[in-house]
Amino acid sequence: MPVLPKLILRRLALGLLTLMVISVLVFAATEALPGDTASQILGKSATPERVERLQDQLGLDRPLIVQYFSWAGGLLRGDAGHSLVGIEVPVTQLLGSKVVNSAVLMLVAALMSIPVSLLLGSLSGRFRDGLFDASVSLGSLTFAALPTFVIGIALILLLATQILHVLPAVSRVQHSASIWSQMELLWLPAATLALASAPFIVRMLRGSMIEVLESDYVQMARLKGAPERIVLQRHALPNAIIPVIQVIALNLAWMAGGVVTVEYLFNYPGIGWALVDAVANRDVPVIQAIVLLVAAVYVTLNLIADILTILISPRLRTGLH
Amino acid sequence: MSANDSVSAGERRVDALDVSPDEALSETLGHDLEPSPARGKQRRRDWVQLPLDALHYRVTQAGLAISLFIVAMAVVGPYIAPYSPYEFVTAPYAKPSATAWLGGDNLGRDVVSRVLCGGRTVLSLSFIATAIGMILGVVLGLVAGYARTVINEVIMRGLDVLLAFPQIVFVLLIISVLGPQVWLLVLGVGVTLAPPIARVVYGVTVEIKERDFVMAAESLGVSHLKIAFTEILPNIVSPLMVEFGLNLTFAIGTIASLSFLGFGMQPPAADWGLMINENRVGLVIQPYSVFVPVTLIAILAIGVNLVTDGVAHAMIGIDRDTGSA
Repeated sequence: MPVLPKLILRRLALGLLTLMVISVLVFAATEALPGDTASQILGKSATPERVERLQDQLGLDRPLIVQYFSWAGGLLRGDAGHSLVGIEVPVTQLLGSKVVNSAVLMLVAALMSIPVSLLLGSLSGRFRDGLFDASVSLGSLTFAALPTFVIGIALILLLATQILHVLPAVSRVQHSASIWSQMELLWLPAATLALASAPFIVRMLRGSMIEVLESDYVQMARLKGAPERIVLQRHALPNAIIPVIQVIALNLAWMAGGVVTVEYLFNYPGIGWALVDAVANRDVPVIQAIVLLVAAVYVTLNLIADILTILISPRLRTGLH
Repeated sequence: MSANDSVSAGERRVDALDVSPDEALSETLGHDLEPSPARGKQRRRDWVQLPLDALHYRVTQAGLAISLFIVAMAVVGPYIAPYSPYEFVTAPYAKPSATAWLGGDNLGRDVVSRVLCGGRTVLSLSFIATAIGMILGVVLGLVAGYARTVINEVIMRGLDVLLAFPQIVFVLLIISVLGPQVWLLVLGVGVTLAPPIARVVYGVTVEIKERDFVMAAESLGVSHLKIAFTEILPNIVSPLMVEFGLNLTFAIGTIASLSFLGFGMQPPAADWGLMINENRVGLVIQPYSVFVPVTLIAILAIGVNLVTDGVAHAMIGIDRDTGSA
C-alpha cells in the first residue's frame, strides 16, 4: 500500500477511536452519579412517582452496557434523547438552532481574527526584533493572558455602556428568533472571540516565518541573488502556509471551548449558553449531547488539520522523515 | 534479573582491570563520557540562576511588580478592609460615596471590602490547580518517555483523549456529575492542565534518555524509577519553570471563568470571578463592582504571563551560553 493513503487511513482510524473512547467517557461520567441517578438528578424534593417515571424514561433498570449502546445508537440515528427540564423537548430540537448560532458566531469570529493575525504574525516575523515586532509581541502576550470573559466585559464597558454606545447592550438577544434577524447582536461576542484567539495565530505564524526565513533554502535563494520579493513569494510563503492550516483548524477548535463563557456573558443562544444552562439544571441528556458534539468538532478539526498537513508537506507526502 | 547479573559481572571485570566504571563504559561506547549537564553547581544554577537571569529583562521586572502587587493585596486585603465582605452597608448598586468608596454591590455590600477579600481564592485555587497539573504531567511524561513499552502508548493515547475536550468543557462535565465543589474544580482544572505538560516532559525525556549519563546510570544498575527522577528530572528544570508560569496563567483564566459562570466559589463568598457574575446585571448603573474585579484578574494574568515570557527568554539565553561554551 502506498505511504500516503496508509498515513491518512491510520490518522482517520485514530480519530474515530478517540471519538469512541470519548463517547464512553462522557456516558460513564454522567452515569457515575453517586446513588440513584434519577433522584440525584431530580433533587431532594422529587416525588417518588417522578423518580420512577424518570428511571423508566432513562431506562435505568437496564445494564449499563445496554444503556450505553442504546444511547450511542440513538445518537447515530440523530436521536439524543429528551431534555429532563421543563416540557421535555427532544435534545436535537432543543439544540438544532443553537448549533447553527454557535457555528455562525465561530465563523464570523474566525473571519475577523485570522486575516489580521496572519498579517501581524508574518510581518513581525519578517521585521523581527524591530519596534513593530516588539509592540505586536507585547500586545499578543497581554491578550493571550486575558480570560475570554474579561475581554468581553472590557468590550461591553468600552463600546456598549460606559464610554461609547455604538453597539447594543448585552441582554437583548431573542432566543426564539433566528440569529440572522438580529445580526447586530453578533458583533460584540464575535469580536471578543476574535481578540481572544488572535494571539495564538500571531505567535505561531511569527515563529514559523522566522524558521522559514532562516532555513537553508531561503538562504540559498538569497545567495543566488534572487530579489527579496521573489525570495518571500516563491520560497518563504509557500512553506509558511503549512502551519497556517494547522493554525486555522486549531483556532476554530479552540473557539468550540471559548464560546462557553462568551455566549454566557452575551446571553447568546448557542451551544455554550445551552451547556452552562444544562449544567446548572443537571440536564444530563443535553450535557452529554453538547460535550460529545464539542469533542467531535475538536477531534474532527484536528483530524482535518493533520490530513491537510500530510497532503501538503512534501516530506510527509513522499514518506521521508 | 539478567540485567542486574550482567552489570555485576561487568563490575567484577572492571575491578579486575583496575579502571573506573566510567572509563570502562566510555571504552565500550567508543567515546568520552559526557557528564550530566545538571550536576552539583549546575543543578543549583537552573533553580536559582534562571530566575535571576530572567530578572535582567524588563518584561520580568514589570510582570513581577504587577503580580506581587496583586498577591500583596490578596494577602493583606482582608486585614485592611473597612467592612466585613458580608455586611450590608449601602443600598443595592449604590453609587460611590464617603462610606463606600466604590459603591455597593447587588445586595448593598461594600465593593472595596469585597474586592480586598476576594483575591485569595482565585490566587490559591489556581496555584494549587497548577501544582496538581505539574505533578501529574511530570510524572506521566517521565514514565511514558522512559518506559519503552505498552505503558508509553497507554499514557500518551489517554492524554490524547483528554486533549480532545476544551478545558472548560471538561471541567463543566465533571461539575455536572458532582455539583460545584471547590476541590472538584481545582482537581478538574489540574487534570486538564496535565496533558500538554506531560507532552513537553515526554519530548525532553525521550531525547535525554539516550544520552551517556543516563546510559551510565543504567549500566550501573540504578533502578529506572530512580534514574527518571534523579538523572532526567534535574535536566528539565528550565522548561518546567516556563511550563509552570504558562499553566498558572491558564489556571487563573479557567478558575476565574468558572467562578464567573457560577460554578466556582458559591455565594456569599467574596471572590472576584463570582463578584463579576453577581453584579454584571447592574453594569450600566454601578460599573465598579464589575470593573474593579475584572481589572484585577486581568492585571494578575498579564503579570504572570510577562514573568513567564521573561523566564522563557532567559532560558533561551542559557541554552545559547552552553551551546557556545
